[in-house]
Amino acid sequence: MLKYLVPIGLFAALVGFLYFGLGRDKQTLPSPLIGKSAPVFELTRLEDPAKTFSNAELAGKPYVLNVWGTWCVGCRQEHGALLEIARRGEVPIVGLNWNDDREAALGWLQQLGNPYAVTAFDGEGRAAIDWGVYGAPETFLVGANGTVIKKHIAPLTVEIWEQEFVPLLPQAKAGSP
Amino acid sequence: MAAELGHFALILAFCLSLPQAFFGLMGAHWRRPHWIALANRAVAGQWVFTLFSFACLSYVFYQNDFSVLYVAQNSNSELPTFYRFAAVWGAHEGSLLLWLLVQVTWALGVAAFSGNMPQQMTSRVLGVLGLISAGFALFILLTSNPFLRLWPAAPDGRDLNPLLQDPALAIHPPMLYIGYVGFSVPFAFAVAAMLEGKLDSIWARWVRPWATVAWMFLTCGIALGSWWAYYELGWGGWWFWDPVENASFMPWLIGTALIHSLAATEKRGLFKSWTLLLSITAFSLSLLGTFLVRSGVIESVHAFASDPGRGLFILSFLGVCVGGALGLYAWRAPLFRSNAGFSPVSRESFLLFNNILLVGATAVILIGTTYPMFMDAFGLDKVSVGPPYFEAMFLVPMLPMVFLLAPGMHAAWKKASFESTKKILAVLLVVAVVLALVVSVGVYGWKSVMTIVGLTAAFWVAGAALVDPISRWRKGHSLPASIIGMSVAHFGLAMFIVGATTVESYKQETDLSLKPGQSAEHAGFTFTMTQLSDVKGPNYEAVQSEVVITRDGKQVAVVHPQKRVYRVQKNAMTEAGIDAHWNRDLFVAMGEPLGGDAWSLRLQYKPMVRFIWLGAAVMALGGLIAICDRRYRKRVTVDEGAAAAAGAKTA
Repeated sequence: MLKYLVPIGLFAALVGFLYFGLGRDKQTLPSPLIGKSAPVFELTRLEDPAKTFSNAELAGKPYVLNVWGTWCVGCRQEHGALLEIARRGEVPIVGLNWNDDREAALGWLQQLGNPYAVTAFDGEGRAAIDWGVYGAPETFLVGANGTVIKKHIAPLTVEIWEQEFVPLLPQAKAGSP
Repeated sequence: MAAELGHFALILAFCLSLPQAFFGLMGAHWRRPHWIALANRAVAGQWVFTLFSFACLSYVFYQNDFSVLYVAQNSNSELPTFYRFAAVWGAHEGSLLLWLLVQVTWALGVAAFSGNMPQQMTSRVLGVLGLISAGFALFILLTSNPFLRLWPAAPDGRDLNPLLQDPALAIHPPMLYIGYVGFSVPFAFAVAAMLEGKLDSIWARWVRPWATVAWMFLTCGIALGSWWAYYELGWGGWWFWDPVENASFMPWLIGTALIHSLAATEKRGLFKSWTLLLSITAFSLSLLGTFLVRSGVIESVHAFASDPGRGLFILSFLGVCVGGALGLYAWRAPLFRSNAGFSPVSRESFLLFNNILLVGATAVILIGTTYPMFMDAFGLDKVSVGPPYFEAMFLVPMLPMVFLLAPGMHAAWKKASFESTKKILAVLLVVAVVLALVVSVGVYGWKSVMTIVGLTAAFWVAGAALVDPISRWRKGHSLPASIIGMSVAHFGLAMFIVGATTVESYKQETDLSLKPGQSAEHAGFTFTMTQLSDVKGPNYEAVQSEVVITRDGKQVAVVHPQKRVYRVQKNAMTEAGIDAHWNRDLFVAMGEPLGGDAWSLRLQYKPMVRFIWLGAAVMALGGLIAICDRRYRKRVTVDEGAAAAAGAKTA
C-alpha cells in the first residue's frame, strides 16, 4: 500500500524545496562571501597551461571576477556587455573559465573578442566551489582590500552594470567594505 | 481598443473554463447528459474567446502599438512583419497566452475526436482540462497580463531579442508548447480513469494516439531548438545540457516511456498504475519545464524569485494539479492491479526495462539540473554540475536501453523464445559490428571504443527495425500502420545515434585569421575568403564575408557568414555560413575583426551532423504513421471492451 504514496511524497519534497527557493531571493540575498575576503585561488592561465595566475597578485586593486564557460548560453548572451565594460576600463575583468575545454575557450575568445585582463582556467571547478559558484554566468566585484563587495548571478547587461556595479566602484577602489 | 478587447475576451475565456470544469466533472459523476452537453459547449466557447484574445495581441503587435507595455518591450518599428507575429510569444506574457491557446485547442480536439469513447469518459477528461485552463487563464490575468497599457506610450519599442529573430526559433516555441501541453491530455485521461475507478485496454487505446501526437510535436520542437542553437549561437554545438534544454528533454523521455508503457497496457492490461504515474509525470514535468524556462527557478533562479507573486502562483498551481493527481493516485491506484503474468523473457520485460531506463535517464537529468538548488537549500557546499556530468551519466541508462532495443522489438508477448529470431538477430549484430568498424576505422579512422560501441548499437537497431516489416511483407502478412510506425521511429533513433556518435567523434574545428584573398586548409578542404562587404538588414547592420570552399581545385560551395549588430539592443550576432551536405556540414563563423581586413574565423567540419535532426524527424514521422493505425478509428463496443479488460483478448 505504502508504495503508492511514494510519488506524492517525492513531489511534496520537491514542492518544499521550490518553496524554499522561492523564499530566498537569490539576486538580492547577499552571498555568504559578501564583506568577507575573496577566496584565493592559484590556477593555470587559460592561454598557457605552463603559467599560473593567482588572484593574490591583484591585491590592492579592485577587480571583477566573471565566471564563464563555452557551454553556457547565458555567457554567450552577456559577452557583448563584458566587452563594453572592458572597453570603458573602469575596472579590470578577471575571467574564471569554469568546467571547460581549454581549446574551446581560447577559440571562443578569439572569435567573440576577449574582455578579460587575464583568464584563469578552472577545469575541475575547484576555485568555483570556493567562490560558491552556483551556475555560470556569475560576476563578483572585489575591492582593493580583497573583500567581495557584490555578486551578480545571471547574464550581465550594460544596464545592470551601470545601475548595480558602477555606484559601488568608489567603495571598491577605496577598499573599505 | 484591440488590447482591451483581447483582455476582455481572455476574461470571458476564463469564465467559460469554470463551467467546463464543473459540468464536465459533475455531469459525469451524477450522470446528467445535459450537463455533459454544457461542458462541450463551454469548450467551444472558451476556444473562440482565447483565439480572439490571441488574435488581438497579434494585431497590436502587427500595428506596433507601443502604448501596450508588452509590445513596447518586445517589438520595434523596424522589426520585420514576420517577426512581429513571432514576437507575440517572444517573452513570458505572450508565451503564456500561446500556451493557453494550445491548451484549449487540445481540449477542442478531445471534444471533436471522442466519438468512440463513452460520454462520461470524455466529459471527465474535458472537466480536468477545464481545471487546467482555468488555472492558466487566471495566472495570465493576475500576474502576467500582456494587454497592460503603457502611459505615456513609448516612442519606439525595445525590439525582439535578436537571438529570437530567426525562422526556426520563431516556430520552435509553438511546436514545443503543442508537445508540452499535449501531455495534459494523457494526464486528464489518467485523472478521469482514477475518478471512474476503471482502467482497461480500451482506455489505453484511447490515450495512445493523444500521447503519441504530443510526443511527436515535442520531438520536433526539441530538434528545432537544437538545430537553431547549432547555427545561430555560432558555436556549432547541437546540445548544451542547458537547464532550458533539459526542461524540454525530461518530459520527452517520460513521454517516450509512456507511449511504450501504454503499449503493454493496451495489449496485455499490464503496468496500469505505472502508466497512470507516467501520464501524470509527463505533464508535471512539462509544467515544471515551461515555468523553469519562462520564469525560471533554475536558469535564472532569479526570474522566479524576482517576482514572488508569480512564483507563488505557479507553485500553488503545480501543487494543486500534480499534488491532486498524485493524491488521487495514492488512493485509487491499488484498484488497478494487473493479474496477467509474463515470463522474464518477453516483450513485457523488455518494455519494463525500457521504462526503468528511461525514467533513470530522466532522474539523472532532473538531479543534475536541480542538485545545486538542493545543496543550497541544505546549506551544504555549493556544487557545480556541468556538461561532463550529463554526458557521462546519461549514457549509463541509455547504452543498455539501446542494446536491449533490438531483441526487445523481436520479443513476443507473454513468453518470448527467440527461436525464430535468434539467428537473424545474431547475424544483424555481426553485420552491425562490421559496419561500425568499416565506418569508423575505414572511413574516418580509429577514435575510441565508444565510437565503435555507439555505431554498433545504431546499426543493430536499424537492422532490427527493418527486419520485422520486411519479413512480414515477404510472407504476405498484413502490415498494420502501428508496426510500420514503430519500425520507422526506431530507425529514426538509429539515425540519430549515427549522427551524434560520428559528429562527436570526428568533428574537426579550427580558429584562424583570414584576410580577403587569403585561404586556409581544413579537413581536406580549402577555405578562401574572397571578399568582405557591409550588409544592411531591416533592423541590423552586418559585415559579411564571402568564403569559397574548394576541394582538389574544384569548387564545393560558397558561403556567406555574417556578423550582425542589431540596432536597438546592440547585440552582436553570428550568422554562420553553412554548406550542408547529407554526410557532412562545412561551417564557417565569423569571429572578431583583427585589424586591417583580417577577421578571425571558425572553420568546422561536422560529419553526419544532419542525421541528428533528420533522425528526430524520422522518429516523429514514425509516431505519425503509428497513429494512423485503423484500430484507433474503430468504434469499440462495450462487449469487446469488457473482454479485453478480462485479459481474454491479447495480441
